[in-house]
Amino acid sequence: MEIVVLAKRVPDTAAEKRLDPEDKTLDREGVESILNPMDEYALEEALRIKESRGGGDTVTVLLMGPDSAVGAIRKALSMGADRAVHVRDASIHGSDAMATAYVLAQALRKVPADIILAGAESTDSRTSLVPAAVAEFLGLPSLTYAKKVEVGEGVVRVHRETEVGYEECEAALPAVVSVVKGINEPRYPSFKGIMAAKSKPVEALDLASIGADASRVGLAGSRTEVLSFQPRPPRQKGEVVKDEGDGGVKLADFLQQRKFI
Amino acid sequence: MAGVWVLVDHEAGNVRKVSVEMLTRARQLARELGQMVSAVFLGSGYERARERIARFGPDRVLISEDPVFEETVTVAQVDTLEALLKEEGPEVVMGSSVPFTKDVLSRLAARLGVGVLADVVDLNLEDGRLVGTISAFGGATTVRAALKSSPQLILVKPNSFVPEEAPSSPEERRVSATVSELGRRARVLGRVVQRAQERPAVEEAAVVVSGGRGLGGPEAFRMLEELADLLGGAVGASRAAVDAGWYPHTHQVGQTGKIVSPQLYMAIGISGAIQHRAGMQTSKTIVAVNKDPEAPIFSICDFGVVGDLFKVIPGLIEEIKRRKGA
Ligand SMILES: Cc1cc2nc3c(=O)[nH]c(=O)nc-3n(C[C@H](O)[C@H](O)[C@H](O)COP(=O)(O)OP(=O)(O)OC[C@H]3O[C@@H](n4cnc5c(N)ncnc54)[C@H](O)[C@@H]3O)c2cc1C
Ligand SMILES: Nc1ncnc2c1ncn2[C@@H]1O[C@H](COP(=O)(O)O)[C@@H](O)[C@H]1O
Repeated sequence: MEIVVLAKRVPDTAAEKRLDPEDKTLDREGVESILNPMDEYALEEALRIKESRGGGDTVTVLLMGPDSAVGAIRKALSMGADRAVHVRDASIHGSDAMATAYVLAQALRKVPADIILAGAESTDSRTSLVPAAVAEFLGLPSLTYAKKVEVGEGVVRVHRETEVGYEECEAALPAVVSVVKGINEPRYPSFKGIMAAKSKPVEALDLASIGADASRVGLAGSRTEVLSFQPRPPRQKGEVVKDEGDGGVKLADFLQQRKFI
Repeated sequence: MAGVWVLVDHEAGNVRKVSVEMLTRARQLARELGQMVSAVFLGSGYERARERIARFGPDRVLISEDPVFEETVTVAQVDTLEALLKEEGPEVVMGSSVPFTKDVLSRLAARLGVGVLADVVDLNLEDGRLVGTISAFGGATTVRAALKSSPQLILVKPNSFVPEEAPSSPEERRVSATVSELGRRARVLGRVVQRAQERPAVEEAAVVVSGGRGLGGPEAFRMLEELADLLGGAVGASRAAVDAGWYPHTHQVGQTGKIVSPQLYMAIGISGAIQHRAGMQTSKTIVAVNKDPEAPIFSICDFGVVGDLFKVIPGLIEEIKRRKGA
């Protein structure tokens, strides 16, 4: 079985993220970047599926992003992915969620996949739009927000997380499945894994090689447009009191004054 | 006929608050645009939803209670909306920016080859153009964005608008569901309720009371639940508390949890790491209780108490009860 994991490169979660004043896209210069933490869950799930089926499957990581995303690709390979496909092209810069999904879907026409796993969201854009849109572009079913995944003969069964529990669903393969945090405990790359990653194949594809229409990607091809942006003004530090046995009462005073009580 | 459409977010006819927030804003925008508002109700339970929808003033409700919406996943809604859009050509379609609805509008956008604005917290007309405000990077940046395609698909975050009633007697039109072969390829086998939902969802609540590692264990969360109930709020948690297994991770607030923006956020025994702040710093009012005066949470709170939460919170609960009784 061919298992593909959609993986994104994102700025380190501890980094202050900002937009580039010129083209209003995420400024990635000088920011540590990492593999999207949510995608580690997707990759871990892929590796577990492979292992539970005797290890004969192939796990491919598919990432769209600039050259500097190789760090994230290496991380995925050192965790245990067999190979990677890196879609990079100068025209991709500034793609919104729909344009990104379109590019990934085009790439998936070249990369065989019986099941496509993704994170439920990326920690930078956090739209959660990409997995379902990839499925739609490919004419495949999507089961998103899975907290349990089971692969059977030609089907995948998942538990989709809800506020009160879950929805048990089944889809015919091939299908797109996105997973939530907590579905598993992603492994750390072992020393052996890190060494092995160095010789694993990374295939680079550009827009032409996946037959993507350049007018549908990048800043110009995206159907959403950022008009302006503003850093949020820092919050003013308010009053901080020390509890002298009356902390609860003082807090109640504040809440009442603000009409919460 | 052009128009502004609102996809009603509901559970078997129990209409979520975000739906009436969207209906309120849709009505205001439609007035400026000189257009009509249609509420679109897909799924079972319209009788239950009927009165509440009408109270928020749509001109019309499009209804399909076909069981296919409960039996299959996402695509039947997309198929049905696509067919309705073709017939009627509305200008704007709004849905709630929450997990399952995001899938519907994401697929719809992909199918139509249009864009979608997600996580919108405000929506205005500027020179006839619809402009959405999006709070990005956990509220660190505010972005104004617009769509270059039509129909304009917009996902609105809960708590973005204040619901205002404007009772109407909308025309009710029953429509039929459309389901493609693709729509039948993903089925719902069952729904499992693991915990009764006694409180509002963390993302929708006007008040969120969150606990962190300072709570020391799951027991102290009972105390926060009591406080949340007194304030009509939800309970949240930091990642440290969730990772320790003290509270379900669906309640985690932060960069890898939910982003909340309630009227009141209370951080109890939470230090205020950047990843936590990314999920709550756009809250209107922030209150913190922490025994460490240097805790970073104090630098962003409107009111803070330096002290032992096991003394301050019981004191607060007692005081609220007393004042409510009085
Ligand atoms: C990739 C990544 C993603 C992350 N995502 C998230 C996320 O989504 N959400 C999130 O919350 N964190 C997230 N984190 C973790 C974050 O960095 C912090 O570790 C976490 O928020 C700390 O939780 P805490 O404040 O509960 O615990 P601590 O930092 O340990 O703080 C506990 C606080 O409780 C106070 N305290 C202790 N006892 C008492 C008492 N009796 N009375 C009063 N105060 C007391 C202490 O003074 C302290 O300030 C993420 C981290 C990483 C690396
Ligand atoms: N540039 C990308 N390359 C590969 N996968 C991506 C990319 N962007 C998003 N994804 C996938 O889509 C998921 C949801 O991302 P998002 O829709 O941005 O919140 C991520 O967890 C990834 O699995």
